[in-house]
Amino acid sequence: MSSRFRNSIWTLVSLALLAGCDREKSNPRGQPLAETIPDTSPDTVFPGDAKPRPLDPRAADYEQNAFAIAQGQQLFGAMNCVGCHAHGGGGMGPALMDSQWRYGGRIDQIAQSIAKGRPNGMPAWEGKLTDRQIWQLAAFVRSLSGQAPKDAVAARADELSNTPPQTQTKREPALPSDSAQQ
Amino acid sequence: MRRILVGLIAVVAIIALVAFTFILNRKSPVQPTLQQHAASAGKATPAEAASPPDDGNWIMPAKDYAATRFSGLGEITQANVGKLQVSFTFSTGTTEGFEAPPLVVNNVMYVVTPWPNNLFALDLTKPGAPPKWEYKPNPAAAAKGVACCGPVNRGASYWNGRIFMNLLDGNAVAVDAESGKEVWRTKLADIQRGETITMAPLVADGKVLVGNSGGEMGVRGWLAALDADTGKIVWKAYSTGPDKDVLIGPGYQAPYQQDKGRDLGVKSWPPGYWKIGGGTVWGWVSYDPQSKTIFYGTSNPGPWNQEQRPGDNKFTAGVFARDIGTGQARWFYQSTPHDLYDHDDINEILLVDYPIGNGRRIPALIRPSRNGFFYVQDRRTGRVLSARPYGMINVYKGVDLRSGRLIPVAGMEPVPGRAVRNICPASPGAKDWNPSAFSPVTGLVYIPHLNLCQDMGVKNANYIAGTPFVGADVKMYAGPGGNRGVLTAWDPVAQRAVFEIKEDLPLWSPALATAGGIVFYGTMDGWFKAIDARTGKLLWQFKTGSGIIGQPISYRGPDGHQYIAVPSGVGGWAGAIVSAQLDPRDPSGALGFSNAVKDLPKRVSAGGTVYVFALPK
Repeated sequence: MSSRFRNSIWTLVSLALLAGCDREKSNPRGQPLAETIPDTSPDTVFPGDAKPRPLDPRAADYEQNAFAIAQGQQLFGAMNCVGCHAHGGGGMGPALMDSQWRYGGRIDQIAQSIAKGRPNGMPAWEGKLTDRQIWQLAAFVRSLSGQAPKDAVAARADELSNTPPQTQTKREPALPSDSAQQ
Repeated sequence: MRRILVGLIAVVAIIALVAFTFILNRKSPVQPTLQQHAASAGKATPAEAASPPDDGNWIMPAKDYAATRFSGLGEITQANVGKLQVSFTFSTGTTEGFEAPPLVVNNVMYVVTPWPNNLFALDLTKPGAPPKWEYKPNPAAAAKGVACCGPVNRGASYWNGRIFMNLLDGNAVAVDAESGKEVWRTKLADIQRGETITMAPLVADGKVLVGNSGGEMGVRGWLAALDADTGKIVWKAYSTGPDKDVLIGPGYQAPYQQDKGRDLGVKSWPPGYWKIGGGTVWGWVSYDPQSKTIFYGTSNPGPWNQEQRPGDNKFTAGVFARDIGTGQARWFYQSTPHDLYDHDDINEILLVDYPIGNGRRIPALIRPSRNGFFYVQDRRTGRVLSARPYGMINVYKGVDLRSGRLIPVAGMEPVPGRAVRNICPASPGAKDWNPSAFSPVTGLVYIPHLNLCQDMGVKNANYIAGTPFVGADVKMYAGPGGNRGVLTAWDPVAQRAVFEIKEDLPLWSPALATAGGIVFYGTMDGWFKAIDARTGKLLWQFKTGSGIIGQPISYRGPDGHQYIAVPSGVGGWAGAIVSAQLDPRDPSGALGFSNAVKDLPKRVSAGGTVYVFALPK
């Protein structure tokens, strides 16, 4: 077998694998089924030995997906999230690139915070954004602390090269509030 | 008949204008004339009516209506200041930026905290100054989410048995100074639209003057006057919009052509943009009791992305003089027309009698502006006598004294797709809100300020009520020399710096000058310093628990001795990286300030304590 042929096979295999990745999924026309934000608690304590609600399986479709993260990044600028949270470092609002989460760092918990708002100044975006957009935003927020796969995030920053590209973002440690389902 | 009248007025106006220009030309250049007389004509002195003799109290943040921040007490001198020791401390229970100076009235100290804006009355007659009462106004927590630069409060004011203060969620309140009971509460600003109130009210002529914050949130700026007895709104003057909203009427006389015309607050904007254009009034108000005139500045226009708002954007980034009784504008001067960099004009305005040579003096206002120029203006007309840089400026060439207009350097305006590097001064300006002090002893203004430059890129900002309306990415860093802060002792008559003290960190604390020939200020890593008012020599310093961004004051205690008090609690725009635990890896955090203070979290932690010092007994 010539080496060229072997290389071609490997290329084809990699392409096939890539095509099967979450990263490549995109569904620009949207899904007809109603996507709802799951009713997740930001808490980690559940009395009577109860368990936290398991992570919605659809979460992976968003948080590992290049299209969703890119859409989320777009919305993060357009909806003025960046005015408060900067590019993850925070300002009027808390930093999103570190390992501290007031209301939980799991994607569904972040989606909840975006949809319902939080009492110290986070507006409730429910009704202003579709649930799909909220998921996309939550996916992008996850990527700010390096939780998204490196091949799914943008290799260059949108703004005036103030922030390092997300491919260089350090993955923050697993967080107490989402340890149950990570 | 009417046409003839109009024509007649026009002719008279033209003649007046020509005559005026002629006089002006004859006098110009103004600056050398002033300088020649600087030595012989002597010092500037505080406007007498606005600066009564010191009675040992400290009843408003600026000390007096002339905004001197000067204490007439002289027990603490250059010789003995080295012996200062802690008399007592008081913890506020908060860890947000602590900018408000304490007040002292008749042996009671009043301390206002950042959000939740609690007010403490401390009994100075008892050992350790225990609280007499605490007033808890309980402002909405959501207000914190629309406060651009930390949920700070810049202080209260005492008048006629009451303490007046503003709450972050948009309310002004009056509290009985004796009992701590709320007398009235007036809702003025709406956090749903991004409005907050952080400024210290000024109380004069039976009115409480309150303005809004939110220049980064697409709000419309205003200043309101409330009846001090009832809290009812007497007048409200917007900074943008039609003349009837801005309270521009027949009494208005613009000092320069650029501010003449009808409804400039509408016409100098793209259609409708004046409704969300900023011009908030979050800084300081001064008052001249003789002419019954208030003076205050307006904030930056919004959004920061200048491309979205072609025009001069009246009446943002300028100074208003208004009749305190009616609110009607007397004049307006725009320091920074069509602001490009968030150069608000809300800094303190000091009222002085200013020598102009031949033994003559004029009522003037002097002010270190955010754009980096130290303005000397005739406060009757608003005309600029001089505007000299007191810090590093590379985006403005100067101020044209004939037209009154700031001259920008071409090619430094950020446009989408082209970031501009090395903009000096940065967005917080050569100096931000933290006021200077003026000593009639030395005739110098002590300016605590910044040495920061920045890179800036802009993009389209979407207006969504209650969210930021900025459209800019900023990254700040130290200016030439590497020091981020400076204390400049400025001679307003000679128009030059007498000495400068370079501070490593941005200088975010106001200054205090005393009759003992001392100037006090604090640093963001917590050092409280006393320097020689003539030479700048460090005489004494003390390390407080947190960083200092609040104003020192001086008062006479019940024992007849002089005391110095200073708040310690880092935060605000410059210190948000500590108080709000921002992530220093993102240079654009806190609207780009994070990058300039990346080292701060390692050097200081948050807190909220008032320190009070006195000489040993």
